[in-house]
Amino acid sequence: MMTVSHDVLIVGGGLAGLRAAVGLCQKYDVALLSKVHPIRSHSIAAQGGINAALANNPDSRDDTWEKHTFDTVKGSDYLADQDAVEIMCREAPGIVYEMEHWGCPFSRFPDGSIAQRPFGGAGYPRTCYSTDLTGHVLLNTLYERAVMMGVTVYPEWYVTALATDEGVCHGVVAFDLMNGQIVPIAAKATIFATGGYGRVYFYSTNALINTGSGIGIAYKAGVPLKDMEFVQFHPTGLIGTNILMTEACRGEGGYLVNNKGERFMEKYAPKAMELAPRDIVSRSIQTEINEGRYFEHPLGKYIKLDLTHLGEKKILAKLPGIRKICLDFIGIDPIKQPIPIMPCQHYSMGGIDTNARTATEVQGFFAAGECACVSVHGANRLGGNSLLETIVFGKIAAGAIDEYLSSGTAVPKEEIVIRRAGDLEARMAALVSGGTEKTFVLHGELAKTMSANVGIFRQRTETEKALEEIGRIKERYRNVGVSSPSRHMNYELMNAIELEYMLEVAHTIALGASLREESRGAHSRTDFPKRDDGKWLKHTIARMADDTNPGISFRDVSITRYKPMERVY
Amino acid sequence: MITASAYTFKILRTDRKKPDDTPRFQTYRVKVIPGLTVLGVLNRIRDEIDGTLSFRSSCRSAVCGSCAMVINGRIDLACRTQVASFGTNTIILEPLPNMEIVKDLVVDMTPFWKMYETVKPWLIRESTDPEKEIAQSEEERSCIDQFVNCILCACCYGACPVIARDPEYLGPAALAKLERFVLDSRDERPDILLDDVNNERGVWGCDTILKCIEACPKDVRPTDSIVGLRKALVGKKARRLFGIKK
Repeated sequence: MMTVSHDVLIVGGGLAGLRAAVGLCQKYDVALLSKVHPIRSHSIAAQGGINAALANNPDSRDDTWEKHTFDTVKGSDYLADQDAVEIMCREAPGIVYEMEHWGCPFSRFPDGSIAQRPFGGAGYPRTCYSTDLTGHVLLNTLYERAVMMGVTVYPEWYVTALATDEGVCHGVVAFDLMNGQIVPIAAKATIFATGGYGRVYFYSTNALINTGSGIGIAYKAGVPLKDMEFVQFHPTGLIGTNILMTEACRGEGGYLVNNKGERFMEKYAPKAMELAPRDIVSRSIQTEINEGRYFEHPLGKYIKLDLTHLGEKKILAKLPGIRKICLDFIGIDPIKQPIPIMPCQHYSMGGIDTNARTATEVQGFFAAGECACVSVHGANRLGGNSLLETIVFGKIAAGAIDEYLSSGTAVPKEEIVIRRAGDLEARMAALVSGGTEKTFVLHGELAKTMSANVGIFRQRTETEKALEEIGRIKERYRNVGVSSPSRHMNYELMNAIELEYMLEVAHTIALGASLREESRGAHSRTDFPKRDDGKWLKHTIARMADDTNPGISFRDVSITRYKPMERVY
Repeated sequence: MITASAYTFKILRTDRKKPDDTPRFQTYRVKVIPGLTVLGVLNRIRDEIDGTLSFRSSCRSAVCGSCAMVINGRIDLACRTQVASFGTNTIILEPLPNMEIVKDLVVDMTPFWKMYETVKPWLIRESTDPEKEIAQSEEERSCIDQFVNCILCACCYGACPVIARDPEYLGPAALAKLERFVLDSRDERPDILLDDVNNERGVWGCDTILKCIEACPKDVRPTDSIVGLRKALVGKKARRLFGIKK
């Protein structure tokens, strides 16, 4: 078996991973592994923008990073760690200027400054953007920077396991998809920037690659997860394909309309209207649908996202990507017709438990971006804060890893990585030896039960049903089989390996949702409709206890300046 | 009510690891509901009929550029192509031309990325960066719009007849990327970098028969960039001949 070693392994080629790589590659032997070419990462699909208190907008001249911090903390329903949010919001302007200096083509105001638009839950228009392709331009800029700096990339290498031993990380086991080889890779430091788990749900805006397996891999290697029950449902996913219709549609003035022709948000958030935070808007839309004020389409029940009053000129200038997606995928021109939308799973607030320096409990193992939970988003993330988090914490990770390596204590043990590779060899052999269950069937059942029972509104009977179902699917998973023993470009084989981790991720989400007896941010329990700060102003920590059940504990939230208040918009 | 129609998919099967096997079209019969995309059908075939089928996909929303292929003779992204858009119930799928096939619909994109890297696709500055943003007017920003939109899917690279006969040619995507930076008001790349494309491998290799524009799923016009770069090079030469400083 061929072995490889590097100082630092970065797993994931999206914004967080690339930013970490750019920060480390001049000083260390860095390798970036990604299961797709980095430019295909899901960061590319982010549309609306990145928040930073630049005060460029004429309506935001007195904006400050402290106000950004407050909006983020309030948006999080006070579950975010305030010290971490302060770091992110203080770093934000510098991060945006740095990306601009590196070539990011932001949209501009007439005075030549970076344009900023209003976004949900924000007191000021502080979302910097490039039309509705902000993720696309940021990812291209960071990839360009990585190419310029000569970052070593292993494209289409899927990491299947983390090699940890007695609380220390020694590297990863990777599967080189193009050549069909298993490769153990030893490293002094490893960082996961593996993204979210959208595909654990049936209705999701996420790319097909967003299985969340990185989160599951860390969990199975003994790294705790945090706040997994907090799942963001985006208010506006296109019906049928569930492709994201950016919050910028509403930021630019779009309306949400029910079948009575009402802008129903005035009932739920009279001041903020369509620009209330996502948890509130998604619940409002779901309530309208549940109470019968929906439109019907062969693809499902929907609410209208109406942009027609914005006019052709504004739509073409500010939302060209949205228009193109609507034309390509549902045959509707938003200049002339409203867009049929429904709320869909969109983002994971929870993830690998890290501190504000991206370090985990396991020495030499770090995590950043959507797969991590610092926590800067708490119970509900504000639009425009996820792109910000990826770059800020990608950069912080580079600094933290540099410090860790400078201390000189890291000595990776190759034999541990090789042993883990042996486990994968055995697992792959078992998968092709005639199991009768099919990955796509089990995945479909998992996704359906998660959407049906751990969705926007939750209650004990449903979350328990989900837990039972996940248990049953886990049993059946033992008998999964793959058609071909040939390993190169065998996506069925990769999907089968990923499903094991998806099941663990789903389990921690459903269990957290079942245990948390309150409603906070995106976690809305119909049987416990109130927020309960006395009992639940706490992070949920899930740790792999035994083969079947996560062990759960709780941790206090870090509160610096902002006492929890009622959240009114 | 949604009614499904029967479709026949013929997919070219190849495996680089089995060089002795002749490439062949394999036939799959599937029921398709209106609105289903070619990528949607490919996923169903791999799941329900044939787990050995290889193709790339990621965003399924025409922004990541993973799933470029030849669909009934036309190059496009599988994810944005409606199965019902062809007026026939037979759909033929082949991998992107001009690159070596790894397996089935997966091609080796290494040459494409090599050409991309050749043009130094990053912002080059000589001035010191200001504390805040480098100012850029709305007009200056909008003139790079179409080239910024490129998703590097290689549809144009697969469609380009020049690459088919000269694998050393940079190709439409790399040249469009170069023009994206040359036109960027913030970029200060030295003229000498443009000389690298002042040859048959670069801007003068293009036949200007616009196959790349036809193939682009994002309405980018790579030929515009090639024509733009040619004009810039000719202008530079004229200035040099007449001893005019820029």
